[in-house]
Amino acid sequence: MDQLSVSDINMILDTADSLMEISSRDIKKVPTLRGKSIVNFFYEPSTRTKASFEMAAKRLSADTLSLSATDSSMVKGETLIDTARNLQAMNPDIIILRHSSSGAPHLLARYVDAGIINAGDGMHEHPTQALLDLFTIRKKKGRIKGLKVVIIGDIAHSRVARSDIIGLRKMGAEVTVSGPPTMIPVDAESLGVKVVLDPAKAIKGKDVIMVLRIQLERQGRILFPSLREYSIFFGLNQELIRRAKKDVIIMHPGPINRGVEITGDLADGPFSVILDQVSNGVAIRMALLYLLIGGG
Amino acid sequence: MITWIKGGEVIDTHSKTKKTLDIVIKKGKIERLLPPGNYNPPKDIDVKTIDASGMIVTPGLIDMHVHMREPGEEYKETIATGSQSAAAGGFTAVACMPNTNPINDSRSVTEFILERARKANLIRVYPVAAISMGSRSESLTEFGDLKQAGAVAVSDDGRPVTSSELMRRAIEYARFFGLPVISHCEDIDLSNRGVMHEGTISTKLGLQGIPAASEEIMVVREILLAKLTGYPVHIAHVSTEGSVKFIKQAKEEGISVTSETAPHYFSLDHRAVIDFDTNAKMYPPLREPRDVKAIRRGLSQGVIDVIATDHAPHSPIEKDVEFDKAAFGIIGLETALPLTLALVREGVMDLPEAIAKLSYNPASILSIKGGIIEEGKEADLTIIDLNKEYVVEKESFRSKSHNSPFVGVEMKGKAVLTMVGGGIVWESDEFNPRS
Repeated sequence: MDQLSVSDINMILDTADSLMEISSRDIKKVPTLRGKSIVNFFYEPSTRTKASFEMAAKRLSADTLSLSATDSSMVKGETLIDTARNLQAMNPDIIILRHSSSGAPHLLARYVDAGIINAGDGMHEHPTQALLDLFTIRKKKGRIKGLKVVIIGDIAHSRVARSDIIGLRKMGAEVTVSGPPTMIPVDAESLGVKVVLDPAKAIKGKDVIMVLRIQLERQGRILFPSLREYSIFFGLNQELIRRAKKDVIIMHPGPINRGVEITGDLADGPFSVILDQVSNGVAIRMALLYLLIGGG
Repeated sequence: MITWIKGGEVIDTHSKTKKTLDIVIKKGKIERLLPPGNYNPPKDIDVKTIDASGMIVTPGLIDMHVHMREPGEEYKETIATGSQSAAAGGFTAVACMPNTNPINDSRSVTEFILERARKANLIRVYPVAAISMGSRSESLTEFGDLKQAGAVAVSDDGRPVTSSELMRRAIEYARFFGLPVISHCEDIDLSNRGVMHEGTISTKLGLQGIPAASEEIMVVREILLAKLTGYPVHIAHVSTEGSVKFIKQAKEEGISVTSETAPHYFSLDHRAVIDFDTNAKMYPPLREPRDVKAIRRGLSQGVIDVIATDHAPHSPIEKDVEFDKAAFGIIGLETALPLTLALVREGVMDLPEAIAKLSYNPASILSIKGGIIEEGKEADLTIIDLNKEYVVEKESFRSKSHNSPFVGVEMKGKAVLTMVGGGIVWESDEFNPRS
């Protein structure tokens, strides 16, 4: 998201808008990217993002190849650069990379000619998630500029939070981050956000609430003691939501831990746009593929 | 044969002055130091004359913190290539850290290193032995035996002593043998697998940060242990404002600690990592601009006694990978001098003071020869052209590895001739001084 300008972002969102309709057709396919090959290269497990990219590519008639860490030569000790060079030798048009190391797409870009789409790198960025989040907000609210957004959860270790913050700030929204101090990054204000630790206070008067997934297995028992305590003090529930604006929307990048960072009734309730995010994700990814290789 | 170095400006690292002097060298030793025009060479002996006019002549530079990678990782560096790199950088002696494979925790490894150094026959190589067996922080190595074998200090560099009790006993025991104790200050637990300095840039890049406190906690521990035991501890590669502050306080209280920093800590800050450049990844990590300022202040106020490179060669296998998977460390022997000279031009230190930090001070801390130009001493000398301008090129490194963040950077000042025991071990192509 760091590399995109406001006009780039607007162009992507506008393109997604016009491609959205394809997904509701009876025959959900256009020939735009026929003959183009796209590699889905996922070093890290992913359901939503991988499926979304694959769906997007197929709806545009591109040929796709999916590789994951377990079935790639990485398990045989091949380095990322060597794997990349081998893929390059097969001359794909786009490589979509998901990787557990921050900066992995930057490394890859130095060694391959194909376009690279970052599908999430370590704790760094997840730009397509941020774009689909912006798209969802714009569709629901009609604008992004001037909106008050709060992101609750493990900001420090979240690439989604980083990309959302950059995107929202670029588009003129006001961003607050919230959660236990162990999950707020050092010098968080340098990202251009306000820090309000207590969600009960942070939610007040907000147009958009973004909830991040909490993973006990990843965050251990050092950042917080138990899921039970997290849900009591930092989880989103009916009582808290009343403090937000009446027309607030609730977003979540998935997968959801019901009863931990958000109660089940809220996730399924009228404020939730969580499934819209998923549908919009396909449109955003179609837009990106189209803009990158559909022009010629 | 006699070597006659004529007309150079000679740095006296003791009185911190410079004077134009002729140096007459015989049998590897400095025979005479005298004002120009006063020497009449004998007719019956061969005299090699080196015209050093317009040049600076300093004691041979001494780097008390390098990694030669031999034994075990000869594909990164060997004692021979590391010695070439040192000589080209103006260094006549280096102290090499024990984190080789196997670790230098026994007489046999120490002797092996010295044997390889003799074979390379370029510069003086002083092994630093491990404090604990395998640097595992469990039991002490045989300090006495290691010293007899030729070790000049002990350190668990890279794998710092986690046990405070063991560190206390190590310092006490080292005292009996007069062995300096060097500490790589890092609370590994607090570093928490961090890969760069914890601050605005790590927050932006989503890289696990290493807080400044990870270094400072251990700096304070070593200061307190130096006080408890009454024996000095040398703090390696100081990188933070806090460390400088604590060391300054300790020195003011009369606690005997000494310290070193590396050129990258006064030349670069954490912004160098912004493009995920693995050549900007080292431990301790590049810190913030205010830390850089504090390091410079520490150098100018004498809180930091030594400039050492922490020369850490790595091959592309370790460096051309994802940032978090890349090895820590950069090479430094061939860039330390020009980076230090830049500080002199900026007025942080005068030239004799800067040269003392690169020669006299490390020699005193390690109790090794060199560091001063005096009649009767070994002729370990470096001739420096302060005005030589050039761009650092990968291909020009003598080191086997090229992992430097300074590739492509413009430098001013260069060692044009390096001499160990009266023999020339490095001479720059452009320097053609013989008359």
